[in-house]
Formats: sequence, C-alpha cells, structure tokens
Amino acid sequence: MINLEVPRKHAGLVDQAHQLAMNMLRPISRKYDRAEHAYPKELDMLAALIDGVSETGATGGAGAGGVRRESAPAGEGTVRNGANLASVLSIAEMCWGDTALLLSMPRQGLGNSAIASVANEEQLERYRGTWAAMAITEPGTGSDSASITTTAVRDGDEYVINGEKIYVTSGDRADSVVVWATLDKDLGRAAIKSFLVRKDNPGLKVERLEHKLGIRASDTAAITFTDCRVPAEDLLGSPEIDTSSGFAGAMATFDNTRPLVAAMAVGCARAALDLTRDLLEQAGVVIDHDRPAQSQSAAAATFLRLEADWEGARLLMMQAAWMADNRKPNSLEASMAKAKAGRVGSDVTLSCVQLCGTLGYSEAELLEKWARDSKILDIFEGTQQIQQLIVARRVLGLTSAELR
Amino acid sequence: MSIMSSLRPGGRHGLSTRETRDPIGLAVAAVNRLAQSDLIDRVGLRRQAEHVVYSTTRNGFRVATAAGRTFARAGRRTAGTRPASAASSGVFDLTPTEDEAMLLDVARELAEEVLRPAASAADEACAPPPEVLAAAQDVGLPGLGVPDSLGGIMEERSAMAGTLVAEALAHGDMGLAVATLAPGAVATAIGLWGTEAQQQTYLPAFTGDGDGSGVPVAALTIAEPTVLFDPFTLSTTALRDGDGYVLDGLKSAVVRGAEAELFVVAAMLDGTPALFLVESGTEGLEVEADPSMGVRAAGLSRLHLTGVRLGADALLGDTAGEAYAECVRLSRLAWCALAVGTGQAVLDHVKDYVNEREAFGEPISHRQSVAFMVADIAIELQAMRLLTWKAASRATRGEDFAREVGLARQLCTEKGMRIGLDGVQLLGGHGFVKEHPVERWYRDLRAVGVMEGVVMV
Repeated sequence: MINLEVPRKHAGLVDQAHQLAMNMLRPISRKYDRAEHAYPKELDMLAALIDGVSETGATGGAGAGGVRRESAPAGEGTVRNGANLASVLSIAEMCWGDTALLLSMPRQGLGNSAIASVANEEQLERYRGTWAAMAITEPGTGSDSASITTTAVRDGDEYVINGEKIYVTSGDRADSVVVWATLDKDLGRAAIKSFLVRKDNPGLKVERLEHKLGIRASDTAAITFTDCRVPAEDLLGSPEIDTSSGFAGAMATFDNTRPLVAAMAVGCARAALDLTRDLLEQAGVVIDHDRPAQSQSAAAATFLRLEADWEGARLLMMQAAWMADNRKPNSLEASMAKAKAGRVGSDVTLSCVQLCGTLGYSEAELLEKWARDSKILDIFEGTQQIQQLIVARRVLGLTSAELR
Repeated sequence: MSIMSSLRPGGRHGLSTRETRDPIGLAVAAVNRLAQSDLIDRVGLRRQAEHVVYSTTRNGFRVATAAGRTFARAGRRTAGTRPASAASSGVFDLTPTEDEAMLLDVARELAEEVLRPAASAADEACAPPPEVLAAAQDVGLPGLGVPDSLGGIMEERSAMAGTLVAEALAHGDMGLAVATLAPGAVATAIGLWGTEAQQQTYLPAFTGDGDGSGVPVAALTIAEPTVLFDPFTLSTTALRDGDGYVLDGLKSAVVRGAEAELFVVAAMLDGTPALFLVESGTEGLEVEADPSMGVRAAGLSRLHLTGVRLGADALLGDTAGEAYAECVRLSRLAWCALAVGTGQAVLDHVKDYVNEREAFGEPISHRQSVAFMVADIAIELQAMRLLTWKAASRATRGEDFAREVGLARQLCTEKGMRIGLDGVQLLGGHGFVKEHPVERWYRDLRAVGVMEGVVMV
C-alpha cells in the first residue's frame, strides 16, 4: 500500500535526532563555524549519548554505520523499513542542526560506511568502534576516481601503500582512514581496492588542514602515505582482481552513501526553509497552499517553489533508502536523490538568504552559514554532473565508453 | 463606438490596450479591412466562403446545451453514503495494492491500445472518437471514484487508485484521458458530497445501473476565463431565490459542453464558493466551443449561465466551502497525475529518439548536453510522481493533504512544462512538426498549472 510518510517505527528516532540537533548542535553551530579546525569537544559527549541509545537498539541503527545491507531474508511480500531509511531520516534531522558537526561526529565517518558496505564479517567485528575517515580524492584525480595513482604493492603478509590523498573529511580527528589504492595500474578499475590504515601507522602523515567556504567545523585533511605498510588482512573485501566485475565492488559504497549525502542536503535546506517561513510570517507574509502562487506575494510564491522542490528531493532520498532496505538495486535512484537534493540544497539556502535580505546575509543569523555549508553537498560523493552522468547512462542504457 | 476608439488597435488580436497606430499603421489597417470585406467576395474576387457549422474546432459559436435525459428523482434529502477511508499501516511503501495493480494493468492496456492510436486524430478533431469513450465505459472508468455500496467498481473509493489510473491513461494521451475521466469527476463528487436523493437520482446512470441509455456526458466546471483566476474567488454567483438558487456567470474548460447532460458548476454563494448540480435542459444555459492550446481531444468549451434557476436540491455539499476546497484539491491531484503520465510518455519517446538519431557520426545521446537533459527529465519526473503519490495516499487515508497537493501542483506545473519543452528541443525540427507526438505533449503539459476542476480522483 502506497504510503510516503515517515514510518511509524522510526518516528521516535526522528524526534530524538531533532531534539539532539536543536539542543546540542544549534547552540554551538556558529561557534565552530568561526573557530575552524578547533575540535568540537561537545561532540564526545553527544557521541557517547548516541552510542548509549544505539546499544538499546532504540535508534534502529542510526548513523553512517547503518548502511550495511542486512543479509537476513525478509518474509515473503513483507515491506521493510530498516536501517537505511532510519539513517537518512536521522541524518537529515542532525543536518537540520548542523551539517559540519554531523560530519564531525566521532565514529560516524564516511569510512565507517565503506567498512559497512564492503568489509567481511571478520573485519566488521575487528573494526568495531573505530572512527574511519575516507580517502579517495588525489591532487590530480577528483570525479575520475578510477584513475587514482596511489599504489598498494603486496610484500609478504603486508601491502605497501604510496601516494597522496586530499579532501579527507575528519582526516585529522578520525583514528583510521579507508584508502583507495590500485594493485596494478595496468589493470584499470578492477585493481582498485580499499585498505584500512590506522592513524598511528608511521607511514601516514597528515600534511595540512584546508580552509573552506563551508562545513568549517569539519576538518578536511591532506594526507600522504610513504612506504606505509598495512597487514594484508586490512584490505577490505576480496583481494582478487576480478576484471569482469570491474569497478563495481569499490563503487558499491556510493550506492549506500549517496542517499546519506542527499539527506544532509535535505536537512540543511529545511533549516533554511523553517527559519525563512517564520521570518516571513513575522513580516506578515502568509504561505497558503490552496491559493494559486501567482495570486500571492512574490515572496510566498518563491517559498512555495522552494518547498515543492525540497519535498521532491526528500521523497527521492526516502525512495533510495527504502529500496536499499528492501534489497532492490538502487544505483539509479541513489544518484537521482543526490542530484536533486544537491541542487535543491543550494537553491533553497541561497534563495532564503535573498528572501531575508541583509538579515539573511549577516552572521547574526545562520542563513548565510547554511548557504555556504550546502555547496559541498552538491560536490562530494560525486558532483551534480557525475550524478547526471550515472542517471543518463542508466536511463539511456549506455556504457561509460559510449557516454563519457 | 466613437471613431477614435475604433481606430485604437488594442483589446483585440492579442494586442495590449497601450498600443497606438501611426499613419502608416492606419493605412495598413484600412487595407486589411478591405481585404477582409464581403465586397470583394460579392464581385467574385474570392472563393466562396466555406459553410459555417457549429464545430468544437472553432471558437465563438454558441448553441443551447443538449436537451439531455430526465434523471428520475429518487431518495430522500438526508446525508448520502460516505466512503470509508483506508487505515494507515505506518510503513513507508511504494507498492500499489493488489486491487490497484490489477486496475493499473487495465488502464495501461487501454492507454496503449486505444488512447495512443486515437490521440493525433482526436487532437485534430477536438473531440474524442466514440470507440474510445465506449472502451472507457466498458472498463467502468466513470464509476472508478464511487464506492461499491453506490455501484462503483472498487470495494473502497481510493484517490490513490484514481491517481494511478489517471497517470496510466495520460501516458496514452492527456486529452483523451481528460475526455474519458470527466464524467467520473461528476460521479465522484456526487458520491463524496451528495445527499441520498442526489446519489439515488444520478449515480445509477454513471455506474451502469441506469435506464440503459449509457453513461451521461458530464462536466465538473470550476475555471473561469479571467487573468489570475483564483478558484476561491469566483465571478460566477449563486443568489438565493425562495428555497432555490439563481446562477449567473461564465465557466471555461468545460469538457464536451455541447453534449453534456449534467454539469457541476462552482459559484459564489453568500461570498463562499459552493457546488451546484445543473442539468443540461435547464433554461438559461448556452455552450460555446473553446478550442485551446492543448487537451483538445476533450472538446473544451465555455458554459454561459444567464439567470439559471435551480431548486433547493441542486446544492452539492456544504455552504461553508469545505466540500468545495476538497473538490479543488482532488481535481489538482488528478491534473498532477496527468502531468506525470504525459511526462513519462515524453521520457520514453525521447529516450529512443536520442539513441537512434545520429549526428557527427554517433548517436546524439553520446553527448552530455543531450544526455543530461534526459537525466534531468528522469529525475524531475520521479520527484513529481512521488510528491503526487504522497498527496494521493494522504487523501486516501482521509488525512489533510492541502500542503502536499499544493506542492505537487507547483512541481508538476513547473517541471512538467520543462519536460514538455525539452521533449520538443531534443527532437529539434522533428519535434516541432506533427510527425512526432512531442509537440502535442508540449501543448498538453501547459494545461497543468492552468486548469482547475474538469477531472478529479
């Protein structure tokens, strides 16, 4: 039966996340936007709180760690609302609080999502409790992640990693990094594997932290690997180079993380919509969903357009997560959600600043901050253009050689 | 009219009233006047004017409404049967129920086998062919929104089922979808808000339990031909007259007005919009063909109401505007579903075209500027669909859906038109000529933000 509401079983989780976001993230939101690179110590307590709640199972597996596709079969004909849907809903709430602080949440790194997506059971158990950052991008390689140059060479029971990675979110604060490296550059995409590297590894060095447009509370690191030796059992997933499955293994991570980034954009944009609506109403502009937009004020009409786009993005996000919960292939829907949410996130937050004038532009309010934070969400985990490329290839049935 | 004012060009031919003529303009206007005059025809300078008949393909011709059947009065003026709402399972789900899936199969077949092949000719003729109407009647479309306690085809009336059907039919053709769904809008309204007497009097004819003369042509009319039309501020009025009403005004977007036997007319009663049942034989009705940019197969017309006297039992629903607001919302929902179906037709068509059409030695789909347009159509279309479904599922469960349908209409209007526009653009010159259906979809998709009433789920 068609129903697109927040599932009843997740309502409590969403409420909880909303209260956490409102009462822990918002009060320190501006403080850590100004104090870039300062560690938000308040998050340690919040993380402990979330761990505590997770232990009880009450969250239904919230957080980035919750993207693993459960292997237990659902009953025949039963529709599941599981960890994926719980994750996007709670992440959207937390980003309504503060996107940068959500990204800085201890033990909830994007590397944790990668581990959940591709690690085997033994690794999953061994890495429990780690805070893993994700290192893919290199100075010369962004969207084209198949052409990375960082190498991993087998040497006895170890791999030796050499290369340079940039834009590693939580790269300074995390205690481990999931690194993409190639086993053999001549074998192309199939030879790219991911490795878990502990931060205390002497071959790993955090070179610097970036100064950014937004999400300033989140640390973004440049890391070098110089003859960095890792045990062979820290290669995530299978060490075989299977040229037939190609890039699929490494890329599978993205099917799981793209809805999460869509959720971040949805949450950040809603913060702007909520405040703008309130400010407009105080100024006497009432939003009416029944009367034609063109018969209302231009501000109300703009708001209705933004709200409609936002709701569309949110439902695409929920669809992608719902498909993952029900173990349907969702690569197309994940990219659709990320593309729509990414551009809507920018449009909504920027338009809200415009609607609110210098009040929106000023640091006195958070609107200008959300308009800066939202930009990265249309870039990382695959830019708008990469999502369009994926959607177009799927819809048109074209290979990456045909549609480049 | 003074000479000066007749020299002013504005107010006609799409000219703003601010236009003025200079001497050259006046001379050109005079030459044109002469060229149009009967004089040159009388002296044999032009072929004889074609014989003028009432036609839905030309506007301006007025006739009286159809004589129509006599609906035998039955039942009491107590509240009618009210359909039950579905209960929520509390689970996020995008899977139609078994009943909905079966219905959807039928609607899809009707769309592909009957509507699509007839679409181009019906657009040209500004009328649906009889076999399309017969096929729609055969599968029970007019009774789709009526609960089975009142003779409908579904056990429970469901706005969700109506939405899925409208979407599927529009994939065949929006104009024919509107033509076949229009009588159902009137039946659904009577099922939702009618008194027992109204339900007993009218519904049997729609659900196939009538006197055997077939489903009546019927039209739900809310729109009026004014700028910035707002369905909550109508120009058409209903004045109380004894215990009855007198209606005056002009309605537009009336489906098959000349053939219609029953109208539901929206008018302001004591400053609040209300709905009235008007039989076509009533004194004071005139219908005028109003062919428009698109949705032409629905035979759009205008309905003139001049001192139309109605009895007390003509009022459909309450006088507080509650039934009316729900009617406007359910109608917008149907238009959203039609936009989604038509948008899907565009996507399916351009997908094949850009993969087959070659330029510079390869299919044009291999170019990002083309492929990304297709990707954006797919993305926005799915967002439109999900938002429409969300509103429909809330309506089905009897929950407030004003916000959701308002947003769905916003998105379907804006992105739906964009899809129509890009559909033509992707085919280039081939999109502009009638050899491909994209130009029709372009015209049809403009209707979505313009229409009020007409169809309902």
